Amino acid sequence: MTAFKSLSGAMFKGFFRDRLSLFFTFLFPLMFLVIFGLLFRDAGADKQKIAVVGDGPIVTAMESSGIFEIQKFTDSSAAVATVKAGDLPAALIVHGSRLDLRFAASDQQAAAVVNGIMNGFVDKANVMATGQQPAFELSSEKVEDSSLKPIQFLTPGILSWGVSISAVFGAALTLVSWRKKQVLRRIRLAPVSPTTVLSSRLLVSIGVALLQGVVFVLVASTPLFGLQLHGQWWLAIPLLMLGTLAFFSVGMLVGAFAKSEEAASGAANLVIMPMAFLSGTFFPVENAPGWVQTVSKLLPLRHMNDGMLDVLVRGKGMEALAVPASVLIGFTLVVGFVAARVFRWED
Amino acid sequence: MTAVEVDDIRKSYGELKAVDGVSFTVAEGEFFGILGPNGAGKTTTLEIVEGLRRPDSGSVRLLGEQPWPRNQRLLPRIGVQLQASSFFEKLTAKEQLQTFGSLYGVSAGKAAEYLELVGLTDKANEQENKLSGGQRQRLSIACALVHDPDIVFLDEPTAALDPQARRNLWDVLREIQKRGKTIVYTTHYLDEAEILCDRVAIMDHGRILAMDAPAVLVRGLDAPTHVTLQKGTLSLEDASVLPGVDESHENEVSLSISTRQPAKVLATLAERGALDGLQVRTATLEDVFLQLTGREYRA
Repeated sequence: MTAFKSLSGAMFKGFFRDRLSLFFTFLFPLMFLVIFGLLFRDAGADKQKIAVVGDGPIVTAMESSGIFEIQKFTDSSAAVATVKAGDLPAALIVHGSRLDLRFAASDQQAAAVVNGIMNGFVDKANVMATGQQPAFELSSEKVEDSSLKPIQFLTPGILSWGVSISAVFGAALTLVSWRKKQVLRRIRLAPVSPTTVLSSRLLVSIGVALLQGVVFVLVASTPLFGLQLHGQWWLAIPLLMLGTLAFFSVGMLVGAFAKSEEAASGAANLVIMPMAFLSGTFFPVENAPGWVQTVSKLLPLRHMNDGMLDVLVRGKGMEALAVPASVLIGFTLVVGFVAARVFRWED
Repeated sequence: MTAVEVDDIRKSYGELKAVDGVSFTVAEGEFFGILGPNGAGKTTTLEIVEGLRRPDSGSVRLLGEQPWPRNQRLLPRIGVQLQASSFFEKLTAKEQLQTFGSLYGVSAGKAAEYLELVGLTDKANEQENKLSGGQRQRLSIACALVHDPDIVFLDEPTAALDPQARRNLWDVLREIQKRGKTIVYTTHYLDEAEILCDRVAIMDHGRILAMDAPAVLVRGLDAPTHVTLQKGTLSLEDASVLPGVDESHENEVSLSISTRQPAKVLATLAERGALDGLQVRTATLEDVFLQLTGREYRA
């Protein structure tokens, strides 16, 4: 058996037998996927709520438009009471051709929206009633595919974040523990090259990252979340590998300095958590101040995020990989070089 | 043929002279022990010999090759067990051996043979962290042997083991020597070194204070032999005037005689039929050790 194969095999076994690393690699990021996925599940499909009393062509048009979430009332005073209580922004009371709209001025935004939409409906109905062709016609359609639900944005971000956790922690903890337990010295006394040892550990990290990709995408694709992959989703595979390389080099750097596993965990967390927030893993950074966006653009996780989003759900092709791939490779080379310089065989 | 040739190696860490001019040779097939109190420089010496550290001055040759800088030709011919039990995470005893073996291109099938050698066949599928201290120690020795090296370095393999585990390990070490391996090991158990080693070097403050076969060192000490009898076998007055007796005293249970002519004393006692509860204690390596390194307490 070659040293490369057996070392990788040994480390894969060690990884899968370690419950803690399994938790942080799979369950921990999945927890965030589930929580945010459920939290934002209905966001975007936010319908305007309204109380309606009576019936007629306007109400039928409102129902078929899909813009409103209509609550029917038989008694107009009960409908108005609901609006007064603040449970609904407005109540529409139909008396044949006369429409009364009662709204709560306390929620000005909702009131303005409801007023605007209702005016539109009434105007359109009036034009139709005259039997004339409308002078202007508005045709609107959103640019995103109708399936662009929050899970589509969340999955690429959480996957990239999960890969950064497993690669940084994997590299840092292995390095520290092997140095502490003198496994590194023992390996140094065997006729095996450091490249073999390093590449076998890297193979483990890449394998774990690909597995994370499969697991996360499968979970997000369940009907509960409803992720839909686009066209060239397989372009995520090279991106996962490049991301692993970049974060593995960060882990090697952390592991070179840390004296104990505890210190390595702390340092790794200190790197990953701010990076995750600044890279838009949980919340978009588009609305953040300018300097945050500048910092964000310097982080490898941000570029991995962008690339993942493009190829997994935006349906972009190979060209979308150019920037993320170059950034990740450049980052790997720089950090990897520094990590190699500060590497120590023993304490 | 010499397996190990160490010539005047020195290593300082700042002011501390960890190794201060150590020279020794070990013949092929010899069992060589390095003894000394904690901090004597045993481990540093061993690390320099193994090629893990570069000496400030002096030279080392293993099987005619220099161990420093890292010598790929030499590495397969030496086996090293480090002080800490160095294992891969979460692997079973068998997998540890297979993984270490693979670093030397040894086939996975060899693992069973070495598990048997160290008596861990029934623990083959047990994870390393579930083994007892003695079992772990034996496993780490097996890991040092799995590629069939010519020279084996063991750093305190019997430290912190209970008496059964220690004796168990002695059998393993003897078996290794029987296979023709050269063994260099450090210990602070003197009884053990006396039993196992062909030759020992006693170290302190980075220097070798004495080096020879344990029996020769003990003999050279010219220490008295202590003969102990059951009380009442002989009166203290009679004992003190026996030919060859240096000193004698008595407590509630025994009569003790020290002598430098044990043959004469024992013959006389035998003639008188006064041998009840006879115990003879000669000097041991421990006496040599204490005489050389002093008796002051060291942490």
